[in-house]
Amino acid sequence: MVDLTRKFDVLVIGGGNAALCAAISARRAGASVLVLEGAPKFYRGGNTRHTRNMRCAHDAATDILTGPYSEQEFWEDLKRVTGGQTDEELARYMIAESKDILGWIVEQGVRWQPSLGGTLSLGRTNSFFLGGGRAMLNALYLTAEQLGVEILYDAEVLDLQIADGMFLSAGLKQGGGQVNVSASTLIAAAGGFEANIEWLREYWGEAADNFLIRGTPYNRGAILKMLLANGVQEVGDPTQCHAVAIDARAPKFDGGIITRHDSVVFGIVVNKNAARFYDEGEDIWPKRYAIWGRLVAAQPDQIAYIIFDASSRNSFMPTLFPPIEAGSIAELAGKFELDAGALEKTVTDFNAAVKPGTFDHTILDDCRTEGLMPPKSHWARRIETPPYYAYPVRPGITFTYLGTRVNRQARMLMKDGKPAANMFAAGEIMAGNVLGKGYAAGIGMTIGSVFGRIAGREAAQNARN
Amino acid sequence: MHGTKILEEADRLMTVCNSCRYCEGLCAVFPAMEMRRAFSDGDLNYLANLCHGCGACYTDCQFSPPHEFNVNVPRTFAIARAESYAAYAWPRAFSGVFARNGLAISIIAALSVAAFIFGFAAFNDRLVLFGIHSGPGAFYTLMPHNAMAALFGAALLYAIVALVMGVRAFWRDIGEPVGMLADPGSLWQAMKDAGGLRYLDGGGVGCVNEDERPSDRRKIYHHLTFYGFLLCFAATSVATLYHYLLAREAPYPWWDLPVLLGTLGGVGLLIGPAGLLKERWKRDPELVDEKRTGMDVAFILMLFLTSLTGMGVLLWRDTPAMGPLLAVHLGVVFSLFITMPYGKFVHGIYRYAALVRYAMERRQMGRGATE
Repeated sequence: MVDLTRKFDVLVIGGGNAALCAAISARRAGASVLVLEGAPKFYRGGNTRHTRNMRCAHDAATDILTGPYSEQEFWEDLKRVTGGQTDEELARYMIAESKDILGWIVEQGVRWQPSLGGTLSLGRTNSFFLGGGRAMLNALYLTAEQLGVEILYDAEVLDLQIADGMFLSAGLKQGGGQVNVSASTLIAAAGGFEANIEWLREYWGEAADNFLIRGTPYNRGAILKMLLANGVQEVGDPTQCHAVAIDARAPKFDGGIITRHDSVVFGIVVNKNAARFYDEGEDIWPKRYAIWGRLVAAQPDQIAYIIFDASSRNSFMPTLFPPIEAGSIAELAGKFELDAGALEKTVTDFNAAVKPGTFDHTILDDCRTEGLMPPKSHWARRIETPPYYAYPVRPGITFTYLGTRVNRQARMLMKDGKPAANMFAAGEIMAGNVLGKGYAAGIGMTIGSVFGRIAGREAAQNARN
Repeated sequence: MHGTKILEEADRLMTVCNSCRYCEGLCAVFPAMEMRRAFSDGDLNYLANLCHGCGACYTDCQFSPPHEFNVNVPRTFAIARAESYAAYAWPRAFSGVFARNGLAISIIAALSVAAFIFGFAAFNDRLVLFGIHSGPGAFYTLMPHNAMAALFGAALLYAIVALVMGVRAFWRDIGEPVGMLADPGSLWQAMKDAGGLRYLDGGGVGCVNEDERPSDRRKIYHHLTFYGFLLCFAATSVATLYHYLLAREAPYPWWDLPVLLGTLGGVGLLIGPAGLLKERWKRDPELVDEKRTGMDVAFILMLFLTSLTGMGVLLWRDTPAMGPLLAVHLGVVFSLFITMPYGKFVHGIYRYAALVRYAMERRQMGRGATE
């Protein structure tokens, strides 16, 4: 049993990559550490459960990385995906620190492997966890336990006692009541609010009811809300989130990676009116993958259908849910209660606009439409070989960007701009500092590990002073 | 549609896993899975037998129970494997032995031991049975060497024939032409993979057993068991050569090769099975096929008893207890031989064949990539 009457040096709220890196780093710096994970043990780790890689800068190829990825190149990638909505000083600092994380995380028991099948495009930039995100978490938890970090599961925090930017204690739910756990410093690493549909509804309206949440139902943003209510400065656009198109048949929560669809480029995408609404051949992976969640979210009833034919059936990774199959376009429409005439017209118009070219889905090829709105700029091939197939898709919310502002010590900043006395943040809860919008594969884990490690170190030092 | 319920479940899991692939660095199963988009009965039996049951994929999986996707590859494959053993059994009439394996093996072992004791008693008078025998040929006062060699040779030959027929059925089921089994490169690769238990290590850190903490204990105990068994087999083979080529009769002095090999192997065959049994006992019930506990335990116990009774003969071979001890030992060994094709022993044979195919597939994929 954990003695909750004692005062810990560092209290970590959260249980994912950022939280564990923070706990380990603080413990290694000599602090006593308590981790409060809101989820049960099986679901520990928040979104980290579903991750598989991390983007770190490195100057040379390694056993698992096929080539160098300089700090400058990382920065340019980040600037591009965020459209400049990032804190440059903080982002560059994170990128510089990410180099050391490649080795540091291995010292914490995490193992790397070369990039996974089907993701070879990331082989140079991203390091993959052997066994995936849950394996990574298991290793971090094991290390934390061996170091003497105290960990509680099902540990729901009901409120935070904060006075003038000074954390005093956290109210932990126990039975019908609560106990106050006090600590010299707080590290908030409790993730975003993507599983809180009511909160999402504030920004998205009723559309939020049709969102599917790719991670656990425990990412409800309670800690974030408490911090913002206690004078911590917020950062990031509350309507921004990382969302991809996932299978509409996926469970409401925790479907993870396997419900995603990366087949958009092989066909066309229509909404419930059987009309196309965006250039399916606009850009190469991963952008083409990362934009479709938001695009579908903007469609009526937040539903869309990826339609392709037999010639593409085996061109992409096998999917969890099989595509719906039909002998004709009209029959396919009937299976989704789409207007058969409208879908036939959409496909016919598309086919008529396709220009001849040499198909290659790994580059921006010359297969395109002409005179069609919206166009399909690459990989356009006629949909004419039965059987025809469709995947129904909905927006799958991965994580939200609204967070707490921090400085390079991972210390929270208050609304007046002053640094908080003893409060730090790491991971998704502060991701908006560097990721104002957009997404680059594996960057969530970089933010978690880099700022987790910094927060742990700084909090331990803060607790000593 | 698949032939059995467990293969339906295995197909469901491989569809889930093939759309995830996070585990591809852990062992051979997932890379083999990735070479396929759909799974026949034979494919699933191949993958099930390729699985070493290290448990890492269960602990690493974000979709393992209590998640609604209920992904439990180690247990599903354990059940599918056991069902495949019965399906490949030769002759088919004996496939039922797998159903209540613990009971069946115990009865056969008991009958076998009883037969040797009865036989020794019937063919020898009391003075010989409980007499003190020493020097070359001491054992053969109780049972003539040629009778012993003929009986055990026949039992072993039967086991080999039955096992070969089983492998033939397996090889056909997974869709490979029989001739392809004779591929030296793949045979050698599989021998290295099997000999080192390359895939019983969770991708490098060890097996998971009772919790999420990996360890190498199962691998070490398995090595002690397997190499202990091989050393004992080598001891018997050397002794047979001594007998026929050099006309040197057992028992041999303690420093002679058969005794040294047998003692060394016997120690391994005591510690190894005891350790495996202990680990089996502690193992997370979620990871195992509970209905076949008897099969695992029966085989481990048979190996343990083989060594224990053999060591007994060695220790008390100069006393009146030698006669009865030898009868018990020969009874245990005889039943071990004749039940080999109908118990857990076959896991090694089918897994080796699966590793041969995996080595072949890897090479073909490699060629495809470079061409």
